[in-house]
Amino acid sequence: MRDVAVVAFTQSDSVRRAFDRNEVEILIPVIHELKQNVGFGNEDIDFICSGSSDYLAGQSFAFVAGLDAVGAWPPVSESHVEMDGAWAFYEAWVKIQMGYAETALVYGFGKPSMGDLPEVMALQLDPYVLTPLWPDAVSMAALQARLCLEQGVTSEREMAEIAVRDRKNAISNPYAQVKGEGDPAALLEEPYLVSPLRKHDCSPISDGASAMILAAGDRARELCERPAWIRIIEHICEPQDLGVRDLTRSRSTEIAAEKSGATSDKIDVAELYGPFTHQEALLQRALGLGDATNVNPSGGALAANPMMAAGLTRIGEAAKRVWDGSADRAVAHATSGPCLQQNLVCVLEGN
Amino acid sequence: MSDEKSTEPVQILLTPVELDYTYSAGVSASRFLNAMAEGKLLGQRCPVDGRVYFPTRGSCPQHGVPIEGEPVELADKGTIVTYSINRVPSENIDLELPYAAIQVLLDGADTVLMHVLGETSIDDVHMGMRVEAVWKPREEWDTSVGNIKYFRANGEPDAPFESYKEHI
Repeated sequence: MRDVAVVAFTQSDSVRRAFDRNEVEILIPVIHELKQNVGFGNEDIDFICSGSSDYLAGQSFAFVAGLDAVGAWPPVSESHVEMDGAWAFYEAWVKIQMGYAETALVYGFGKPSMGDLPEVMALQLDPYVLTPLWPDAVSMAALQARLCLEQGVTSEREMAEIAVRDRKNAISNPYAQVKGEGDPAALLEEPYLVSPLRKHDCSPISDGASAMILAAGDRARELCERPAWIRIIEHICEPQDLGVRDLTRSRSTEIAAEKSGATSDKIDVAELYGPFTHQEALLQRALGLGDATNVNPSGGALAANPMMAAGLTRIGEAAKRVWDGSADRAVAHATSGPCLQQNLVCVLEGN
Repeated sequence: MSDEKSTEPVQILLTPVELDYTYSAGVSASRFLNAMAEGKLLGQRCPVDGRVYFPTRGSCPQHGVPIEGEPVELADKGTIVTYSINRVPSENIDLELPYAAIQVLLDGADTVLMHVLGETSIDDVHMGMRVEAVWKPREEWDTSVGNIKYFRANGEPDAPFESYKEHI
């Protein structure tokens, strides 16, 4: 395998509603800042890959406009996934591994505030038997949370503690949307939103974007003092039918962790994409994370959840900890689909 | 009997999808559209090579840089760089068939605007023809490029090919 590293990362503020800007205008300053940080023009980028969703934008081929933020004349080598940018990151990594590129620009962006996000998410379900019922994303997560609580996999107390931890960590994250000190006991006094979930159990709805540069070998060493080397990326998918899955654990994360060797050594930092507190608890267990690991130093998705970018942002936030030396070995996780259906695990190392 | 029925293929399943979206045209397009409502045509200059994009847009698609400077107001006349004679009716276009669909390079702009030709015989339309905008009555103006009803020949001598060859 080739040595490929994350060498630069930028993100927008995550906001509940980027009212005056469209999706592309959210993205433009992020891409521009990224290129400036590494002194890149388009001629320095061999491959471009993005993640976004037309369903969020409410119009077909919405992602094509995103290329305006990059500049696609003269023509560029480009691809897109209708998924979180974390999967665009995977495609770019494969492209570099195959020797087709030395550098890549990866970005994810979304403006879910344009629609009703929990309703829009119903469109990713089975179109014959589930979507016609329009189960919203929060209700589906609540069904999973109920199972986890009934079986003692987590507790409302632990869920509140996770929310408090992430919000506290987010105080030092200038891009985060929900941040501050909190008290689990006080949070548990709050009313249910969709039982057994309270507001603090749910990630916010965020408009935002993030972008990163990958580079191979010596190119990475030129661009970054301490590159975050991508040792492995695994992503595993579970069936679409919730009834055939065990929702009280994240089997796909467990398999991805095992196959990637993520859990075979110490993990200094883990950035987890858990859109709901009980899902973060499941992910921590799937990855076997203990006190030795700093979980979600950025605040995670519970502090900022820009759809289609939040997974890529987990990788970028993990890479930042490798760059600054606070982690020798970091694990980034991204998820897609209802109730942690599909999961990606990436191992980043400083040496 | 019931077995036969249960294995009949279901060929139609109606699952209506209705979702509401609240759009923002964006900062750049909003500026352009608001200016249209006042009868002004706004373009914006690329900070790298000075090309003027019409309408305004947030970035230069060639250089991939943000365009943040003050907009450039353009004349409502220009040069036809290409055209096509259209014989297909459209309920959205209030012109008699056949009519000419044209691409107009507004004076001062580096990108072309697609529009239609009116008050001018389609036998006369050609590349390099000079045209001017014919606006709808002011009371009908909206935040729309449709405020321009069509372009018509303005009688100026043809623009030399050299003046628009980079824009075809």
